[in-house]
Amino acid sequence: MAAQTMTGAEIVINALVDQGVDTIFGYPGGAVLPIYDALFQQNKIRHILVRHEQGAVHAAEGYARSTGKPGVVLVTSGPGATNAVTGLADALMDSIPLICLTGQVPTHLIGSDAFQECDTVGITRHCTKHNWLVKSVDDLGRIMHEAFYVATNGRPGPVVIDIPKDIQFQSAEYAGMQNVAHKTYRPRVKGDIEAIREALELIANAKKPIFYTGGGVINSGPVASQLLRDFVQLTGFPITSTLMGLGAYPASGKNWLGMLGMHGTFEANNAMHDCDVMINIGARFDDRVTGRLDAFAPNSKKIHIDIDASSINKNVRVDVGIIGDCAHVLEDMIRLYKAKAIRPDKAALADWWKQIDVWRDRKSLSYKASDEVIKPQYAIQRLHELSKGRDTYITTEVGQHQMWAAQHFPFEKPNHWMTSGGLGTMGYGLPAAVGVQIAHPDALVIDIAGEASIQMCMQEISTAVQFMLPVKIFILNNEYMGMVRQWQELLHGGRYSHSYSESLPDFVKLAEAYGATGIRASTPGELDAKIQQMFDTPGPVIFDCLVDKKENCYPMIPSGAAHNEMILADDEDSASVSEEGKMLV
Amino acid sequence: MNAENKVERHTMAVLVDNEAGVLARVIGLFSGRGYNIESLTVAEVDQAEHTSRITVVTTGTPMVIEQIKAQLDRIVPVHKVVDLTTETHAIEREMAMVKVAGTGEKRVEALRLSDAFRARVIDTTHTSFVFEVTGTPEKIDAFIGLMRPLGLVDVSRTGVVAIARGPEAM
Ligand SMILES: Cc1ncc(C[n+]2csc(CCOP(=O)(O)OP(=O)(O)O)c2C)c(N)n1
Ligand SMILES: [Mg+2]
Repeated sequence: MAAQTMTGAEIVINALVDQGVDTIFGYPGGAVLPIYDALFQQNKIRHILVRHEQGAVHAAEGYARSTGKPGVVLVTSGPGATNAVTGLADALMDSIPLICLTGQVPTHLIGSDAFQECDTVGITRHCTKHNWLVKSVDDLGRIMHEAFYVATNGRPGPVVIDIPKDIQFQSAEYAGMQNVAHKTYRPRVKGDIEAIREALELIANAKKPIFYTGGGVINSGPVASQLLRDFVQLTGFPITSTLMGLGAYPASGKNWLGMLGMHGTFEANNAMHDCDVMINIGARFDDRVTGRLDAFAPNSKKIHIDIDASSINKNVRVDVGIIGDCAHVLEDMIRLYKAKAIRPDKAALADWWKQIDVWRDRKSLSYKASDEVIKPQYAIQRLHELSKGRDTYITTEVGQHQMWAAQHFPFEKPNHWMTSGGLGTMGYGLPAAVGVQIAHPDALVIDIAGEASIQMCMQEISTAVQFMLPVKIFILNNEYMGMVRQWQELLHGGRYSHSYSESLPDFVKLAEAYGATGIRASTPGELDAKIQQMFDTPGPVIFDCLVDKKENCYPMIPSGAAHNEMILADDEDSASVSEEGKMLV
Repeated sequence: MNAENKVERHTMAVLVDNEAGVLARVIGLFSGRGYNIESLTVAEVDQAEHTSRITVVTTGTPMVIEQIKAQLDRIVPVHKVVDLTTETHAIEREMAMVKVAGTGEKRVEALRLSDAFRARVIDTTHTSFVFEVTGTPEKIDAFIGLMRPLGLVDVSRTGVVAIARGPEAM
């Protein structure tokens, strides 16, 4: 394409189109009016008007995570940018590729405390992978393309481009998409073959191996998930995953142990504790997963595959670190595994599986059923059962309901599970569901929510109504910030300080006020019919599911404890937390 | 204390694109993740390429040092990071300007000692000297220590710059 002269605002739009963007999430304001004007005069990009900039970022996250494409956000200067900060921090923690365009006061006013000025690049430096303040319109086109490159290559993450208003008006030549490679940022994707050989040596001699996989497999793309499935089948090893990695290996697969970590299954955590070879693929030894570090898988050799070199040996020392993209490394690993004709130790593996079956028999996800009150776990199981056969995407808020969703809603495919893992952001689920539904208009998109969390970005129901997005908000209403209440019960003598959800709105009426549909269920007997009614309702629905108020989320590794010191539902009375553990979050 | 927990002092050289905010990124990394900075210097080293070199002296356990290097390396405008302490035999230098005020015996003594340190007098009045002294941080510490009782009034130090011995670039 020959270079064309156009305004900064037009460069923004053209660069987005060149990057294959067809949808952006945003909210207008003074400092982005020229870009909004350019949006108005084109029809290649659809703009989804949210109700709060935090919602725009979470929606873009949901869009990105369910499609594998980067999400794009457009907000104004000052409060528009600061409102986006929580979403950016969330995306950074969970490695979600986002491009967030922020308006800025005109260059000659920067630093003068102008109206709606804030130091956006300063504020977002710590919650983005990288950011730019565009100081000359001549740089704008290059920066736009660089931003996409940085956000999507290596470990993905959010980036911010801060664009002063005068630059949006000024003209420059735009030469289209060219030379997208970055001057300094060239992440490696191929793993070191020597390290891969070393890893295979450990794998070949393992007697009690385990795969521990994470969000990196999902981020790497569908090929990585497929290769993971192949490798698990080839080796016959058991596999567990972090919260972020659910779906990479199917929950119905026979080697699946369930999620690990603080609310992981008994078999997954015990297998982690007792394993002799751990194969970490795209996970980061997060504290929710490791429990007490000095008691973490004490007798194991550890292999760690990660695209981010700084993840290796950060929290846990490993024996073999492989820097590279999960799909590339898995491909090489499988090739060499086959070439070397590695045969796992069948007898040892059989013993290992026998031990795992003993742990499985504890049925750590079981709960006391009831025919009077709806148990939250039961509600999720019904939701799953009744949604079978549909293309279902689940998002969540943060709390007990999130953990129950992870435990009781089995995922068969990657990219169908959207949750705020690293930052744990209440308010994530509804806007994320909006983003998912935009990308998958015919899918069933459910936000499994808590009555407290949902109020944090409730306003986005209005977005769903405007764009006719049939998202289903399934509130497990226990009238408590249940997760907070559970910790207060466990750690603070049952003093439920400010964790009761006082003055709740009538969620059914609230739905109606927004022009959506409200449904309430209060007994197990009516649950199925009401869920079916929710599925059959064409537009957005708020489902107020009144559940057991005192149910706790088990199993649980209490803070400061080791993987083999889990509390199970049936010994919850003896639960205790060490003094040291109380300090942890 | 075993080697794993021993706190070591390391000097790192970081080659960066000389763009707005790059120093804030590096410093922000140290403050945000709770790493120590003992000394930090920065200046453009290649005008044509717009690259700057940051020399940072830090302390930490071997695992923390490895982390610092990896974290520096993933800052987008960073070209290269070299841990000069582990990867090379490096030479370190620092320069200081040291102002000493006084008259009589002390003044004479200050001048005599400065000679032993090969410090240069770069400003003088009837009642003061400014010395320029170059060397390792320890040498400069020693010089300043000696000047203290002789009328030390002001010190300005550059922080450490370092470079690997031998023919190779970083
Ligand atoms: C923005 C934000 N503020 C505070 C918290 C701390 N927090 C974690 S879970 C939780 C309670 C959530 O309550 P609810 O949404 O009703 O879910 P439940 O645990 O009852 O299922 C709180 C307050 C958080 N994670 N995010
Ligand atoms: Mg609740």
